[in-house]
Amino acid sequence: MGPSSLIVLIIAAIAFSGIAILIAKFVLKASTNKQKGEPYECGIPTQGKTWIQLNVGYYLFALIFLIFDVELVFLYPWAVVAKSIGWVAFIEIIIFFFILFMGFLYAHKKGALKWI
Amino acid sequence: MWSFSHIANEIHEWLSKTFNPTLTLIIEMVIAGVAVIGLFAALGLVLVIMERKVSAWIQIRLGPNRVGSKGMLQSLADTLKLLVKEGLTPNGADKIMFNLAPFIAMIVAMLLMAPIAFAKDFQLWDLNIGVLYVSAVSSIMVISILMAGWSSNNKYSLMGAMRSGAQIVSYELSAGLSILSIVVLTGSLQVSDIIHSQANGWWIFKGHIPAWIAFVTFIIAVTAETNRAPFDLAEAESELTAGFHTEYSGMKFALFFLAEYVNVFIVCAIGATLFLGGWMPFHIGNWTAFNHVMDYIPSSVWFFGKTFFLIFVIMWFRWTFPRLRIDQLLNLEWKYLLPISMINLLLVTAMAILGWHF
Repeated sequence: MGPSSLIVLIIAAIAFSGIAILIAKFVLKASTNKQKGEPYECGIPTQGKTWIQLNVGYYLFALIFLIFDVELVFLYPWAVVAKSIGWVAFIEIIIFFFILFMGFLYAHKKGALKWI
Repeated sequence: MWSFSHIANEIHEWLSKTFNPTLTLIIEMVIAGVAVIGLFAALGLVLVIMERKVSAWIQIRLGPNRVGSKGMLQSLADTLKLLVKEGLTPNGADKIMFNLAPFIAMIVAMLLMAPIAFAKDFQLWDLNIGVLYVSAVSSIMVISILMAGWSSNNKYSLMGAMRSGAQIVSYELSAGLSILSIVVLTGSLQVSDIIHSQANGWWIFKGHIPAWIAFVTFIIAVTAETNRAPFDLAEAESELTAGFHTEYSGMKFALFFLAEYVNVFIVCAIGATLFLGGWMPFHIGNWTAFNHVMDYIPSSVWFFGKTFFLIFVIMWFRWTFPRLRIDQLLNLEWKYLLPISMINLLLVTAMAILGWHF
């Protein structure tokens, strides 16, 4: 169907979820009380704010991921032509992976991959 | 012979004979939309009942057996139940984000349907960068999870979302690298090209051991990417109640659930397409009679058979391995899977250049 299928799919997804939620809203007879809107934390009243600082570990992994994800995008065009170019492509990718792996080892040495 | 592409062509011809081009296009779009929604709903119902039946079978119990014959209508009944439940928004939640998150999850799951070849010549859009499209769109999934977790104003949800974010972005790398090893062998990103390159044998047979390593890495990585056990830290029941969708109820919860199951189907479909030949029938060398019998089975049956086999394997994982801790999970990816798949990619490249594959 070509590119127009993406529009169809997006509209289909929105329509499907929208109609489902709307039907649920109309079918329902809801009552309200004070406790209903409280966040569910196993019955204990929630303590303090929710949006607090989290473990820095997640951030470090996200940073290392960023480097490797950019690398992955560079690899796609290489992968398509690798077979037809031959050994030059192989040597190039070894150099590329070597530099990348040095960075990875540096991050490892710095303790970025250790969960604190 | 009866086939999906045949029916699609018949409908297209009939429509273009009867109506003018614009109306034909609009009617075709509506048909495609309704068909995809139908497939979505059917997949959700079938996969939920399959999951429950498989887990019951593995644990030697009966599973759902009250509604319908052998409990086959159980998931339909559950959907109806969820339909009359109230969709609560907790106090202090970020209302826009909270309500937008299930929509994004659904849109991503739906968009991933575009390049999948369900049967011979039966695809919504055979775009020339199909594989890149799949890995690009599937990485948006993490945004909906982070949105849901962050906006809920619940500490369990936030923890679940953060864990899920770290996990999905990590395992995306090895999934991408194992997809790349097939791209190197094929020399094309187009899904139909990848399937046609497997006409004389699936990559898992043609690619020797490196293809097997890539396949196993891919299955592990997509199990983690779809947040399924043993990598279901994001919704670890014993620690975080229900993880990022603790606060979701009613139909919004059902949408998250549906998106999760459809994602499992899609990643298994991608795995079946890349490694097991998509809709290509199983052929053995020059056993002509055997090959003809295999050709007689419709291509859609081959595709769905392979996909559901992979889904079964992923469900099998759930009841075989205990849940990992977050540091073990990240160690597995960064210290084992990533180096292994990088070296494996080099092996595959060397093999492709030397022409050692069949």
